[in-house]
Amino acid sequence: MRYDFDFSFLADFWPELARGAGETVLLSSAAILSGFVVGTALAVARVHGKRTMSALAAGYVEIIRNTPLVVQAFWLFFGLAALGLHVPAFQAAIITLVINVSAYTAEIIRAGMESIPKGQHEAADCLALSRTQVLFHVELPQAIERVYPALISQFILMMLASSIMSQISVEELTGAAYGIQSITFRGFEIYIVVAVIYLLLSVLMRLAMEMVARAAFTRRRRLGTPL
Amino acid sequence: MNTSLSLAHYLLILQGAGWTIILSLMGFVGGTIVGLPIALGRISKSALLRRSLAAYIALIQGIPLPILMFLCYFGISVMGFNLPALVAAGLAMTAYASAYLAEIWRGSLQSVPNAQWEAAECLALTRFQRMTHVILPQAVKISIPPTIGFLVQIVKNTSYAVVIGFAELTYTARLINNSTFKPFIVFSIAAALYFALCYPLSHYARRLERKLKRA
Repeated sequence: MRYDFDFSFLADFWPELARGAGETVLLSSAAILSGFVVGTALAVARVHGKRTMSALAAGYVEIIRNTPLVVQAFWLFFGLAALGLHVPAFQAAIITLVINVSAYTAEIIRAGMESIPKGQHEAADCLALSRTQVLFHVELPQAIERVYPALISQFILMMLASSIMSQISVEELTGAAYGIQSITFRGFEIYIVVAVIYLLLSVLMRLAMEMVARAAFTRRRRLGTPL
Repeated sequence: MNTSLSLAHYLLILQGAGWTIILSLMGFVGGTIVGLPIALGRISKSALLRRSLAAYIALIQGIPLPILMFLCYFGISVMGFNLPALVAAGLAMTAYASAYLAEIWRGSLQSVPNAQWEAAECLALTRFQRMTHVILPQAVKISIPPTIGFLVQIVKNTSYAVVIGFAELTYTARLINNSTFKPFIVFSIAAALYFALCYPLSHYARRLERKLKRA
């Protein structure tokens, strides 16, 4: 084996990579924020909804969790185009990611809600809190705090999975890399660089989300530990 | 332009599903061969070994699978081999599965109570005997539900092989969509096939997990 590594293309193409990384961050943050809200709503529907509501939420979660993200993206992107709706790839990617990550988020938060001790509900009842108050002041804050580490992992996985959106022509990091590869034919080198950027992004994202946890959860104790 | 799906299309898509199953098996078998020693190494006495294996796992888990696919694909050609995309996809799936399976199995090994180690030591079993006769049999039982759960991830994530043009289910579905332009039908069929492969596994994993919790 003789192969000369040549990273000189980086001098010309780093702005493209930087823009691609920016798109990836934008895509993931938009998907995470909306996916978190939708996922929480789904979890509440699953746990507290009437029977049909709960079954619908469960069915949605099962269907999304048992089919690949790529197929969901193709279904939505090409499907909308076939209907004559021309949704730009970036928006289609966000919608797909929200649909996808909300199902996983719902499952994680549901597990959190089910792990809350009964005493918490009884105590809330004794304080004459309404059902909405119990949900927003007792159940959800505790559930989310407990499963926050799992949420961080899930969101990072989603950020990494957003790389597949290059397949529906989104110009995020992987899409940018593909473009550079087809000009320079330096496929191996470019994907090594991109892999390093993704590693950095996942470390940074974890840090950012841990800082969010510091601000959001006022009790200073280790995340995810029981009360 | 032919706008309806013919029998040939259905056969093609089923063939794609076959390749998806083959690739999943490659990922699982390869992931087991590489991942099991890593799991054992992660609980070894040598801190250096533990740390370097942890670094390997963090590395693989921090890189998107499509990028791993590309790296294997271009890496093989860089080394001067001309191998089909199946090999690249199989290698990428092996690397991916090994990192996650190793973590799952390390967790299972460590969840065997410490007293079991101590008791085995009291019986003067060697470290190897302790492992094979006491710890592993118990750890295997604990590890089965999450391992089956991870199989679902393997099956689903073989779809990322689409980026290197390997003709698995997703790729064939896209090919058929390109020629027929029936995205809802084509991708719904593909999604249904994935669901048919994954849902039984998810369901079985959940049932086993509940059973284990009760026991």
